[in-house]
Amino acid sequence: MSEPNKVQAHWAATQRLTYIMIGIWAFFSFFIHMFSPALNSIKILGFPLGFYMAAQGSLIVFVAQLFWFSGAQDKVDRQYGMAEDD
Amino acid sequence: MSTEAKTDFTSNLGRIYTIYTGGFVAFVIFIAILERVGVPNNILGYLFVAFTIGVYAAIGILSRTMQVDEYYVAGRKVPSFYNGMATAADWMSAASFIGMAGTLYLLGYDGLAFILGWTGGYVLVATLIAPYLRKFGCYTVPDFLAFRFGGNAARIAGIVVLMSCSFTYVVAQIVGTGLIGARLLGMSFEMAVFVGLVGILVCSMLGGMRAVTWTQVAQYIVLIIAYLVPVVILSTQKFGIPIPQLTYGTVLSEIQIKEAALGVAASASHIVPFARYDPLNFFALVLCLMVGTASLPHVLMRYFTTPSVREARSSVAWTLLFIFILYFTAPAYAAFAKLEVFENVIGKPLGQLPGWIYSYGKIGLIQICGVNAVDVASITAACGRIAGHTGILSLANFSIQADAIVIATPEIAGLPYVVSGLVAAGGLAAALSTADGLLLAIANALSHDVYSRMINKNAPVAKKLIIARVLLVIVAILAAWVASGRPADIVAMVAWAFSLAAAGLFPALVMGIWSKKTTSAAAVAGIWAGFLTTLVYLVVTRYFPGFGVDYLGMYSNVSPTTGRALVDLAKIKAETPQIFSQGMVLISHPMASRVGWFNVANISAGLFGMPIGFLTMIIVSKFTTAPSAEMQNFIDDIRRPRGEAVMIEKAG
Repeated sequence: MSEPNKVQAHWAATQRLTYIMIGIWAFFSFFIHMFSPALNSIKILGFPLGFYMAAQGSLIVFVAQLFWFSGAQDKVDRQYGMAEDD
Repeated sequence: MSTEAKTDFTSNLGRIYTIYTGGFVAFVIFIAILERVGVPNNILGYLFVAFTIGVYAAIGILSRTMQVDEYYVAGRKVPSFYNGMATAADWMSAASFIGMAGTLYLLGYDGLAFILGWTGGYVLVATLIAPYLRKFGCYTVPDFLAFRFGGNAARIAGIVVLMSCSFTYVVAQIVGTGLIGARLLGMSFEMAVFVGLVGILVCSMLGGMRAVTWTQVAQYIVLIIAYLVPVVILSTQKFGIPIPQLTYGTVLSEIQIKEAALGVAASASHIVPFARYDPLNFFALVLCLMVGTASLPHVLMRYFTTPSVREARSSVAWTLLFIFILYFTAPAYAAFAKLEVFENVIGKPLGQLPGWIYSYGKIGLIQICGVNAVDVASITAACGRIAGHTGILSLANFSIQADAIVIATPEIAGLPYVVSGLVAAGGLAAALSTADGLLLAIANALSHDVYSRMINKNAPVAKKLIIARVLLVIVAILAAWVASGRPADIVAMVAWAFSLAAAGLFPALVMGIWSKKTTSAAAVAGIWAGFLTTLVYLVVTRYFPGFGVDYLGMYSNVSPTTGRALVDLAKIKAETPQIFSQGMVLISHPMASRVGWFNVANISAGLFGMPIGFLTMIIVSKFTTAPSAEMQNFIDDIRRPRGEAVMIEKAG
């Protein structure tokens, strides 16, 4: 791949990854909590599920997705030769 | 400092902080022993303050520096794990430590908007902003705006937004140290503010970002231990399992049973969503807090300190993990405290209330029958004045302030004073670490952006650093002076900082990185449009509601439960028209913070400013000359981690 193509392909892959991240973020920040009144009828260890998702579930997803992202973006950078030297 | 010494320090960090943590635990045990042999509580409290601030001061002095790079960005060699800890301490304020659990106690499910909002924003930090600013290589956020958007107009707009979000915030932290000192350690409020000021200055003045970084790591360790200990013990006492975050599910079930028995409507239960905020306001608040998080300069600048773009990204993940540990514990505090109140306070005869009620009633955190719960006699007298009172405490006659929940938990669990002292030290660490970061953000904007970039571009390094320190001290003293007047309004205004940052900075930062077409004129116009829209909405709805109704087409917000208007504007207009024209009204004014557009509460004012900021940038960009090819290359450059930082400061 020529250098300008590489730059473009790297940015396209970066954008794709970012959109996936923002999609997951939007789902667990907003979408799922719109159903919390219904989810609350399910109970796990005493936690109503709707309450649990806002108090812990979404937070766990945020932490996990950030660790995953830092690895995935690094992989993208390396694939197109855009990563920093180790 | 030689390169060898640097690597030596970095590779020893694990050992240094393990020894430090061990030392802190040993100190707590030592205080516990002193308590057993009868040393009075106020002495133990002072020992906690003196020891922890002494350690922070020692770190601050050891980290002193005369290099510009060290002063502004800690030499860009903070490993991602430690930067994560430092950012977590930078982020979690006195309000997170002391107030969050109480907010959850009072608001139930709807309080979780704060938990979601103050964590999810880090996804935006990691994906949209922080790694790109790190690659750019600036010292401050306005630095980036100035470079990307052609000069001082953008820099000044950035500085104005930064100042207006950060100054009220730093004042609130100093008020926080005053309240912790006064409530938990028996100091006078003014004395505690002074101690806070000294604590902040010794950490930041000599070593700038470098000193603040290593103190914040130390402060994180203290605050997280202090936050977890009381509620872990409480969970162990009740369930035999030291994981309150797991066991409070059972507590929630018990709370619902008690609520039913006490006649709390099922629709107002602790776990029911959208009873205090309607869905629009709940999600608007979540969005404003998240986007605000991603734009607050004191947070973003912490990611300028990592050795690489890669580490800036993983550092955001570590930050959120360390914040998560506190935030997923806060709802457990709220649940345990609520169950204690329902089991041992409500429905009990006035003469048989637990002792902790009076400990915190004395300092004004608990009211019974409308008076501070000072002792049995005073509440019996107050309740006696209520017609038909049976001598049994009812839910309606009991009120507890948000700040009481975390502070009271050690005593609820029947723990010795040493644990209360530990909580005080933790709250102090939370307030000081946030104040340090904010102060540095403000002082650096003044010294670097205003002085070095606009007033005296050729100042020698030594002079720049002296100016930076003088400004730091001036801002700190000014903030402490404002704080000593106990400005209740300023504390309430902290939540505004998020909306202001979200509307003023977020569009410019995101468009500056993600859109090559956004022009300088568009960005400057967008910053002002977003920021001013939000500011006007905040100030008008809070202080000039009559003006808003008469001239800006505002109308009453509605109650989330009944769907009816909160204030009957027509009735007020007919009966007391003069209060429409009052300005700077108090929060007790019937219309203050109860009017607006589309039923959006003023805490979520960024909901208007953000889209206006983005739209202005997109539209103005269409009518102005596109950024130069050189600028477009520069944007490509910050988008790939490889290669030198775009903006390299001359090493000092």
